[in-house]
Parts: sequence; structure tokens; C-alpha cells
Amino acid sequence: MGRKLLLEHLNKANINTMEGYLQNGGYRSVEKALKKMTPDEVTEEVKKSGLRGRGGAGFATGMKWSFLDRNSGKPRYLLCNADESEPGTFKDRLLMEKIPHLLIEGMIVSSYALGCRTSYIYIRGEYMFILRILEKAIAEAYAKGYLGENILGSGYSLDLHVHPGAGAYICGEETALIESLEGKRGNPRIKPPFPAIAGLWGCPTIVNNVESIAAVVPIINDGGDEYAKIGIGKSTGTKLISASGNINKPGVYEIEMGISVEEFIYSDEYCGGIKNNLELKACVPGGSSVPILPNHLLLKMSDGNPRLMTYESLSEGGFATGSMLGSGGFIVYDEKACIVRNTWNFARFYHHESCGQCSPCREGTGWMERVLHNIEYGHGKMEDIDLLWDIQRKIEGNTICPLGDAAAWPVAAAIRHFRHEFEYHVKYPNRVFDEDHVYQPEMKMQKV
Amino acid sequence: MPKVTIDDITIDVPAGTTILEAARMIGENVPPAMCYYSKLKGSGGKCRVCLVKVTKGSEKDPRPMPKLVASCRTAVMDGMEVKNVTSPEVIEARKGVVEFLLVNHPLDCPVCDQAGECHLQDLSYEHGAAKSRYEFKRRTFETRDIGDKIKLHMNRCILCYRCTQVADQLTDQRVHGVLGRGEVSEISTYIETAIDNEFSGNMIDVCPVGALTDKTFRFKSRVWFTKPVYAHRNCTKCTGKVTLWYQGEEVLRVTSRKDQWGESEAFICNECRYDKKATSDWKIEGPAHVDRHSVISQNHYELPFELPVTQKKLQ
Amino acid sequence: MTEVQKIEFSPEAMLEVSRIVSHYPQDKMKSALLPVLHIAQNEFGGWLSAETMDYVARLLHIHPIEVYEVATFYSMYNTKPVGKILIEVCQTGPCCLNGAEKIVSYIEKKLNIKVGETTKDNMFTLKTVECLGACGYAPMFQIGETFYEHLTEEKVDMILENLKQEKLKAINN
Repeated sequence: MGRKLLLEHLNKANINTMEGYLQNGGYRSVEKALKKMTPDEVTEEVKKSGLRGRGGAGFATGMKWSFLDRNSGKPRYLLCNADESEPGTFKDRLLMEKIPHLLIEGMIVSSYALGCRTSYIYIRGEYMFILRILEKAIAEAYAKGYLGENILGSGYSLDLHVHPGAGAYICGEETALIESLEGKRGNPRIKPPFPAIAGLWGCPTIVNNVESIAAVVPIINDGGDEYAKIGIGKSTGTKLISASGNINKPGVYEIEMGISVEEFIYSDEYCGGIKNNLELKACVPGGSSVPILPNHLLLKMSDGNPRLMTYESLSEGGFATGSMLGSGGFIVYDEKACIVRNTWNFARFYHHESCGQCSPCREGTGWMERVLHNIEYGHGKMEDIDLLWDIQRKIEGNTICPLGDAAAWPVAAAIRHFRHEFEYHVKYPNRVFDEDHVYQPEMKMQKV
Repeated sequence: MPKVTIDDITIDVPAGTTILEAARMIGENVPPAMCYYSKLKGSGGKCRVCLVKVTKGSEKDPRPMPKLVASCRTAVMDGMEVKNVTSPEVIEARKGVVEFLLVNHPLDCPVCDQAGECHLQDLSYEHGAAKSRYEFKRRTFETRDIGDKIKLHMNRCILCYRCTQVADQLTDQRVHGVLGRGEVSEISTYIETAIDNEFSGNMIDVCPVGALTDKTFRFKSRVWFTKPVYAHRNCTKCTGKVTLWYQGEEVLRVTSRKDQWGESEAFICNECRYDKKATSDWKIEGPAHVDRHSVISQNHYELPFELPVTQKKLQ
Repeated sequence: MTEVQKIEFSPEAMLEVSRIVSHYPQDKMKSALLPVLHIAQNEFGGWLSAETMDYVARLLHIHPIEVYEVATFYSMYNTKPVGKILIEVCQTGPCCLNGAEKIVSYIEKKLNIKVGETTKDNMFTLKTVECLGACGYAPMFQIGETFYEHLTEEKVDMILENLKQEKLKAINN
């Protein structure tokens, strides 16, 4: 069993209440940080821990904090990004739903380190029921003196509020999140300036993912060095992985960074293998935006060694043979899954979620979806596959925000690794799917 | 002053200048701009046609930038090196963007009032392909009126956001904006509200395409059949410096004067634009400058005397 | 909704609005727009009419267009009327791997409507939405604030029947 830092007390009684949380050692990091440490010392511990942003980009959290403009004379803000909407990712939801105080504790300590007087948790509107859970927990924290004026007599004061979104994947992009919190359309801003200089209401702002902020709690409790002992290389600590798709045990798992992908998929402690005794076909290891990998590339790296669940190992080989850890949305496909259909599905998602601000994404995402729809439904041409490749190439890197890349990568990877499936769809357009949309080349062959 | 090199030409520019503005100072190989408008705060960055490659970040940090950047929103750093037309990657990306812009554009130039002075037309001519690879139905919207003087052809809109910025920055009561999301976003007032403001007409002038057109000029003529003339009057609201567009003796429309980048030199008020259409209202200054390459200059006065070939023709 | 409803928040909703507004600096009232629109949608029949949006604009001292821009951007705001029970089925990748498409067509058949339509009795509206963050518990749909997960046809029958009875009871009382 790997060590659990975030979900250790997941199944304890009343862990969602202040009482239950305190019984399991809650709010120790607040006591420690506010009474015994300076804000810079807290930041230093986070730097030492090697914690990397858990939202997807994997940027070092301590480093991000050090970019915050502390001399502007303006208020500084910490925003928690709880706009979890990446298909395949549902870890933050579990954390907030079951252990809301862990996030609040992390917010207090992090806000203290950054010198914020007010902080916000931006949660996606569809998680309204979690917003209620968080607000209840925040009220408990105010009542216990962990929030509000002069917390625990330390002289530090903090107000914490939850702000709901209203259905827009793009608001997970930090500048779009800020726009949305300002009561506007979630159009990402053109950078620079970066939020650390001019973010919410033009003030210096840091945006961190739920899991990153929660991880600050064990880092302060046990020390950054202790946290950094877990994991391999620059992938330190534990990571929440949301496992879904054709596996026996879907759910959220906290893993020590560095276990092998094979262990994660097949071990009973985690996914428990592929459902219905089928073979593993492919996997999207980090949320829908990252490249899909066929089984042979997924389990082994190019040097033949097993691929591990770390930032570095999953991206080994670049996009030619690797992928990304991303947000840890681990979607597994069995041998019957249709890659073309799945790619079309994701393309539809990005088409639906494009904000429409810049032209390559606004026009390109819809175009890709339509071409993929044609191929999937038997109206495709061979040239369409090259056309798709060309469209995604012209979107990637040319947009304001990473949504363009996120839309392009899944299409590129599907064509790169599963071109034969696209060709099959084009060659045998008269085949009818069975109602489960399974990919069964033999069956289709006979029909043609 | 920072020194920047664009396509092998070096220039010193004031700190904070964008790459695009620096290129305009050089005057050659200027990246095109469909959404950027130097007189509108916060404009630019959206259309992506002005993407350039930064091969050297600055003297201090010479690393190249990993992606192409929007030249209209990227400030130059001392020692920066930029490639615009000398980078095949940029040309390729720009071609891609133009294709994206045309994916849902109706290409109804033959019936569009903007034809002849349309930036998208120029851009497609320069960077576009002869044939579209897009085989699907284009998105369509009903045409709408924004007040009694402006026609909105949403089908032609490329969502540059300039008109909303004009409405935001020149007028006190904003009633139109961008509705919807993604591909089906549209410029609209939602509940058919007239934009009742003395400067609302400038939305027509800043529109790079034929999405917003002057209803008092609609279908009256093609721009290349009209003669632009600079004129002015004493106006209490604006500078009163305009371009009159004549056909014969008749003033068909009044617009602001455009500089060499196609931007209004000064925004004009609606009274000058819509209500002063008699020659007697104006003091005529002389023929307006029209770029020699523009279709508007054909058959007109600004003689291309510097070209020996044409001179020969004239003889 | 047929009868004309006066657009004004109930005292409880008003209290909630002022609580939300207090979360932001005094000159940044616009920030309260998204949460206040959620309240407005709940108060006035599950959708945002032009009148409702104008009312919210007045409350927050902003131009109506600023509200329209936002209301049409976010997918949770309905700018057209919906039935009393809005079923939002997740149709993104991981859910589809576990039969979301079958659930959608089952509900379509059961209620005799297509996605995007409302039943004649104005009880149900069926909508498909993108990833709701329940990929491990697929297939699923959301009704109101509740997530219903691990759906089967039998479960769908039961859930919809129960909700319908609840609504009818509420109307009769």
C-alpha cells in the first residue's frame, strides 16, 4: 500500500465536519504556519517539496508563488481553481465533497504565505452541491476562529469565499477564471501581463488547483523535505488519479508518484484490470487533452523499461511515443473501443467549449468535429485524414490559450497511432455499428 | 531605447512598443491586422493573422519564444529578433488563419458594400488559397438592424471585437456586445436596441469586413465607382475632418479619414456622418489619398506617375 | 410559463443576494453576476428571460448587455423556457464508454422527445451536456443540483417517476 497524504482519512467517520476533521489531526498546519513560521518560510517549504501544479500543466507551485508581485501596494489574491472540467478528471470533486476542510486548511496556509486578505474558491457551477458543502465547512472554520479577523491570535486575517461558475470548461484556464470571477464572459486574457502581476481586478493573483492547495497541508505538517522523499526525480509526492473507462474499479486513487502504469491498471489496489476480461487497447493518461497512447507505448518506454506514473516518464519520447500526466484523468480503453468515435466525441467537446475569441480555435474546432463526424458515420474520404492532420497542426500553438492545443493533441495522437482505424472507417463506410459502437473489424469485414 | 530587428531590418523604438507598431515604423513587411486597432484600448490578439516568430527574445535572454506570438500584443525587448515574411512557419500559420477566417465567411463580395475596401478581401488575396477545403454548411444568421443607420450582417463578421470596443470606449451607454459562445458567438444587442449615441457610426469605420455597413450608403454604388475627397467643417462634437465619397456631384457617404494602415485618423460624430451630405456643408480640401494598389484608385486622379510602365500607357 | 410573473426576488433570495454581494469589494459588484444569475434562474422558472436579466442588471448596477453577454456564454443558463425537470445527461468520452448514448436514447424513447425538447406536459426537458466530472461513476445525469450516477434503465425509470410525483405534489399543494 502506498502512502496516502490527502485521502488518508477519507473513510473516517464525520471527516466532513470540523469535529471529525480535528479528531484526525486537522488544522495542525494552520497552527504551525501562523504561529511558528513566516510567510516566506511557508513558501520555502513548498519550494523544497518540489510540488508541481496538479491542474495539468505541472508547473512548480513554489516557483509560481515566487512570481507574485509583493511590492505593488495592491491587495493580493489567491484563487483556488475548482473548475474541474477536463473529461476524465473528477479527483477534486472527491476531495472537496468528502474532506472539505482539507482544502480550506490549505487555502488558509497558502493565503498566509502569499499575504492575501481575501481568497476565493472558484468552483464549476455544476458542482453546486459541493459549493454548499464548502460553505458549510467555511462557516465552521469561521466559528472556530480559523478564518476571519486575527486567526488564532496570530494577527493574520483572512476571508474565504466560494464563487460558482456556470458551465464553461474554459474557465479552468487561469485568466478566463479571473474574467469569470469578475462577472464577465470566460474569455482568456492575452498574456502578458500574467496574473501574478495583474490578475483579479488588476491585482497580483495566484491561481492554484484544488489538489495543489490541499497538498500544502501535509507539506507544512511534515516538512517539504519529507514530501519530496516520495516519488521519483522531479515528480514528488502523491498524486490523485481519476480512473475511468473500461476498467473493473473506476474511481479516484491516491498514488505515490513512480508506481508503474502496468501496476496502476492491473493491480487490485487500483483499477483492477480491464473489464469483462478484455485486452487493453489504449489509454489517455492525463485527461482528454493529452495524447492517447496504444497499449505497447503505454506500458513501456522507448528503452524497454516500464513506463511509470510520473510527469517525466509519461512524457518520455515526446508526442511521438509519449503523452502527459496532465491532470491525472486516466481513461482506459478496451480492445472493442472505437478510437475514431472517441476522437470525434472529444472533438465535439472542444468545439462546444471553445470560447470563440480567437479564430483558429473558434473555426478549427468545429471543422475538426464535422470532419470526424463524417468519417465516423461513413461519409469520410481518405483525404479527410490528412485534412484533419493539417487542421490540428494549424490550430496548435496559434491560439490565445491552451484550449487550442488541447483540442489539437487528441486528434493528432489518434491519427498518429490509430491511422488504420480511420482508414478502415473510410474504406468500409457501409458497415453498421452495433448499438454499443464497438469497433469490430472482423464483423464489419464480413458485412462488406 | 530598445533595438529590435524585424526581417533583418533594425530599428530603435520607444520602450513598450509592440512588434507590430515597430514594423509599422519600419514601414516594410508589416504584419496584417484584422482585430488590432491602435486607437482602441485592449484591441488585438484575437484574429491571429499578425503572428510572428521571435527567434531571439532579447539581449538579456536570447532564447527564442516557443510559439509564434501575436505581434500586436507583444512588446519588443532590447535586442529582440523577429521574423515575419522571412519565416516559412509564419507564412504557413498565417495561411492557416486566413483559411479559418474564411471557413464560415459567406464570400458574398459581389453583393457586399465593403468590397473594394475590405481587409479580409485583401488578406485572402495575399495569403488565401483559391479553393476552400471546407465542405460543410456555413453558419448563418439573420441580418439585423442596429438602429436605423447601421446594418449588421453577422454572417460576414470575423469577431474582431473592435465595434464593441468602440461602443465601450467612445460611448457612455453600451447596448451591444458579443453574445453566445464559440463558433456561434455573435455581435448583437439581444433585444433589438438601437445604439443611440453620437459616435455610434464609428463602429462602421472600424469594422474590417462588411459586417457593419452604413444603411444610408447601402447598395447605392460600389466603392470603386466613388471618388473620395477630403473635407472639413466646424463641428462642435468632433474634429469635423472627414472623407466625402462622391458619385458625380452627389455625396453618397461620409466616413472618417483612414491612415495608411486603414485606421480612422479621428473618430467622427453621427451628425457629420449621416446628416451632412451636401457639398455646401463642407469645405473641400482635395482628393483623398488612396493607396495605389487599391481598387478604389482605379480610374482616379492620383496618378501612378512613378511607374514608367503606366506612364507609357498614359501617353 | 403562461401567467405573467412579477420579476422581483423573494425576501429570502434578496438576503442571499446581499450575502453574495458582500463577498466582493464594494466597487466590484459585477463579480456577483454569475451567482446572482443562478439565484434568478431558480427563482423565475428555471430560465432567464430578458426581463429577468434586466432586473439583475439593475440590482448590480450594470448595463443589461453585460448580463446578456454572460448569460449566453455559460451553458448552465437557459435563455429559453425549460420543463419543470431538466435532465442533463453527460455525453463525453468516459461516460460514452459506459453506455451514456444508450441512456440518452432510452430517455428519448421513454419521454417521446428528442434531445433539446420538452415534453408536452411541460414536465421534462432533455439536454445533453459535456463532462460533469463523474467519469468514474458513468453513465450519469444531473437534475437540479443532484448527480445521479451508475444509471441503468430501471434506475432512470425510478428517478424520473419519483421526481415527477414530487413536482405534482408540490403543484397540488
